[in-house]
Amino acid sequence: MAQSLAKEFTKGLWAEIPPFRLVLGLCPTLAVTKSVENGIGMGLATTFVLVFSNLLISLLRNVIPPKVRIACYIVIIATFVTIVELVMQAYTYPLFLTLGIFIPLIVVNCIVLGRAEAFASKNTPVLAVADGLGIGIGFTLSLASLGAVREIIGAGTITIWGGNPVFAVGDWYHPFSFMVEAPGAFVALGLMLAGMNLIGKK
Amino acid sequence: MELFELAIGSIFINNIILAQFLGICPFIGTSKKMETAVGMAMAVVFVMVMAGMITWSVDTFLLKALNVEYLRTLSFILVIASLVQFVEMFLKKSIPGLYAGLGIFLPLITTNCAVMGTCLLNIGNEYDFTSALVSAFSYALGFGLALVLFAGVRERVNLGRVPGPLQDTSIGLITAGIIALTFTSFRGMV
Repeated sequence: MAQSLAKEFTKGLWAEIPPFRLVLGLCPTLAVTKSVENGIGMGLATTFVLVFSNLLISLLRNVIPPKVRIACYIVIIATFVTIVELVMQAYTYPLFLTLGIFIPLIVVNCIVLGRAEAFASKNTPVLAVADGLGIGIGFTLSLASLGAVREIIGAGTITIWGGNPVFAVGDWYHPFSFMVEAPGAFVALGLMLAGMNLIGKK
Repeated sequence: MELFELAIGSIFINNIILAQFLGICPFIGTSKKMETAVGMAMAVVFVMVMAGMITWSVDTFLLKALNVEYLRTLSFILVIASLVQFVEMFLKKSIPGLYAGLGIFLPLITTNCAVMGTCLLNIGNEYDFTSALVSAFSYALGFGLALVLFAGVRERVNLGRVPGPLQDTSIGLITAGIIALTFTSFRGMV
């Protein structure tokens, strides 16, 4: 039991890490990774929704009729997204404004619906939570690392939670602002995906 | 004139895929062949315009009137999901030709964040009904334009020899980045 629990948790961190191994949920990945901070915020919001929707769907897996299951999943997911939205509006207002419509759009994030359909609907609640937590943390790590690459190349610094930069390349560096703009997001993700493929093949 | 500017702005400058990052999944997923790209583009135009009108009405006459705006996410996704289902059944019965053309792309649209994103943007920008309609139609056109252009380029890219790790999605994203770069030159047009 403990072994399979650990397995379900860790697969989200490497073997099936979204969006690199599991190419889903690309919209928020590209849109919010201008900085590490936004990436982490988005990742944590998605993790919350993943864990709780996985838990509830797994608990209800014998009750939900198979024919209307997708509609039921969407309603459950939308409920948790609304909770996240309201909580973020109340406690992390600046982040809520930067992430904008991408918070309500967690509802159509294919990762969440994908885990509900592929995993939570067939497994026990404990395993489903482990799976949601693993995939969620993996997603947060991916967003943070993509954010780090783009922020370092594009701005030359990393700033987390308002204060002073926690990392700066130095004055000699001229920021390559292409990376923090829209085209840079596609290129950066494409290259990181290639990098992951290269590591995976060895 | 304002509506014209809104339309041009939504198609080119704030292109829903290349500038706003909405609907990337179908953009990558259905762009391997020109035929599927055209089918998807048509289905999106159709659903997005209808969803834009209906969600605007739901928001104005139901949510705002009853003061329950916090139900927006939940009600919009339900409206879109049932709309897609309804359109599918309607087309199957009355316009079988179009149904055969759009076929498998219709159900996929439920989880296309471009549709929901456009509806939310319309509400966020506080558009009136006409502006909301124009913006939904032009965002959808912009989606179709980017998707068809990308499919054309991708068909050519696949003929070339791409290094192993870069194959498929990876080279696709880099290509999309270059197309997005060309679209940034539309800035300042309006």
